[in-house]
Amino acid sequence: MLELRGVHKAFGDKQVLRGVDLTVAPGQSLVIIGGSGTGKSVTIKCALGLLAPDQGEVFFDGNLVKGGKSLADLRRRTGMLFQGGALFDSLLVWENVSFALIYRDGVGRAEAKKRAIEALAKVRLGASSAEQRTAELSGGMQKRVALARAIIAKPELIFFDEPTTGLDPITADAVNDLIVQQVKDLGAAAITITHDMASVRKIADEVAMLHEGRIIWRGPVSALDNSGDAHIDQFVHGRAEGPIQPSL
Amino acid sequence: MSSASVPAILRPFQLIGRTVVAAFREVGRMSAFAAGVLVACVTPVIYPREVLRQCLKIGFYSLPVVGLTAVFIGAALALNIYTGGSRFNAEQFVPNIVVLGITRELGPVLAGLMLAGRVSAGIAAEIGAMRVTEQIDALHTLSAKPSRYLYAPRVLAAILTLPLLVIVADIIGVMGGYLVGVTSLEFNGSLYLKNTWQFVTDGDIQSGVIKAAVFGAIISLMGCYQGDCSKGGAGGVGRAATLAVVGAAVLILASNYVLTSIFVRVGL
Repeated sequence: MLELRGVHKAFGDKQVLRGVDLTVAPGQSLVIIGGSGTGKSVTIKCALGLLAPDQGEVFFDGNLVKGGKSLADLRRRTGMLFQGGALFDSLLVWENVSFALIYRDGVGRAEAKKRAIEALAKVRLGASSAEQRTAELSGGMQKRVALARAIIAKPELIFFDEPTTGLDPITADAVNDLIVQQVKDLGAAAITITHDMASVRKIADEVAMLHEGRIIWRGPVSALDNSGDAHIDQFVHGRAEGPIQPSL
Repeated sequence: MSSASVPAILRPFQLIGRTVVAAFREVGRMSAFAAGVLVACVTPVIYPREVLRQCLKIGFYSLPVVGLTAVFIGAALALNIYTGGSRFNAEQFVPNIVVLGITRELGPVLAGLMLAGRVSAGIAAEIGAMRVTEQIDALHTLSAKPSRYLYAPRVLAAILTLPLLVIVADIIGVMGGYLVGVTSLEFNGSLYLKNTWQFVTDGDIQSGVIKAAVFGAIISLMGCYQGDCSKGGAGGVGRAATLAVVGAAVLILASNYVLTSIFVRVGL
C-alpha cells in the first residue's frame, strides 16, 4: 500500500534519514520505534509529503508520489493523528472533526455536523462535546477528537504520531484500544510511531526500529522479546547501557 | 567556498556578499509567497465564511483604535496649523489643511500603522502558533491549502476593510479638528464645515482609499508570511510578530511615498 525507498533527509548539516526503506501492506499495522531525534516523525512527514525527501521515493498503491494529483490522492485516502492533536483552536470540536468533509468534499454543514457527532461517538465522546472549543478539552479528549478527525473520511491508511504521549497510563490504554478498534473496523493500514512499549504491544502487527537514519530491524511484534538484536533489547527494556547512546 | 579557504583580507567582502544574497533570497521568498496568496485571493475556491470572520476581526474590532487615533490627530493637526498659520495671517485655512492632511496622508498612514501593530502582529502570532503546533501540517493532510483557507481570507478582509476604516478615520479626524476649531480657536462651526466640504475633492478621498487598500495588503501579507516562516516555539512566534510589525510599518511608509509620487504625477 505504502512504500518508502531509500529516503534521505537532512536539515542543514544534520543528516536525519540515511536511506529509509519501509513498506506497509493493506490492513497491516506497523509501528516504528526508535530513540528521540532518530527521525521517526520526519519519516512519516516525508511519506505524507509534508517534507520533501532529499533523495528517495514514496509509492502509494504502486504509484510514485510526486506532488500534484498523486499527492492529493494520497492525502485524500489517508488520515493523520498528530502528536499534539493539532486541532484548530478557532473552530468548534465538530467543525474540527468534519473539516475534510466541509472543505475538501463539499458536504453541507448540517450533514457534516451529523457525521461528526457519529465519529465522536465512535471515540466515546458525547454529542455535547461537539459544541465545545478544543481548548476546553482535556489531553485525552483532544486525542480522541483528533482520532475522530483522522477516521471520519474512512481512510485506507492512518498515521499515528506518538498517540499516547502526555497521557496517563489508563487514558493511554483507552486511546490504544480505540486506535485498534477503529483501524480494525475500517480495515485500514496503520503506521504508528511511539516510544510507549505498551502501545507497541497493543497496536502493532509488525515493528520496525529506526536507528541512525535507517531501519535496522523489522519483525512481528511477537519477536520483540527475542529478537537477538542488541538495539531492540536495549530499547524494549529501557536500559541506558547498550549500543544506543541516550540523547542527553 | 568556506570561510576558512578565503584570505582574511577578503572576508569582509564575503560577509557583504552573503548578506546581499540572503537579502535577495528573502525578498524572492516573500514575493513568491505574496504572489501565491494574491492568486488564491482571486481564483476559486474562496471561503466567504472565513472572509467574513476575518472582516469582523480585522475591520470591525479595529474601529475603536482607528477612531481614537483619528480624533486626536485631527485635533492636534488643527492646533498646529493654527499656530503655524498665524505667523502669516493664514489661520482661516485650518479647515482646508486639516481635511487635506487627514484624507490624503494622515488618515491612511496612521490607520495603516495602527493596524500594522494590531492586525499584522495578531496574524503573525496566530499563524506562527498554528505552524509550531502542526496545525498547518494538519491542514495539508486534510487537503486544505493554507494559502486558500488561512491567508487569502485575511488578505481579502484587510484589503476590503482598511479603506472603510480610513473613510471612518477621515470623518472622525475632521471632526477632531472641528471640535478644537470651534471650542478653542473660535471658529464658527457651520463655516468650518462649509469650508471643509467645499475644499475636499473626490481625488483627496480616492487617493487615501487606494493607499488604504495597498496598506491592507501589506499588513496582512507581512503577518501571514512571518507567521508561516516562524519556527522554534514561543520565541519563534514572538520573533515573527515583531518582524511582521516592523516589516509592515516600513513597507507602509515606503509605499506611501511611492503612491503619493504616482498620484502627484497623474494629478489625483
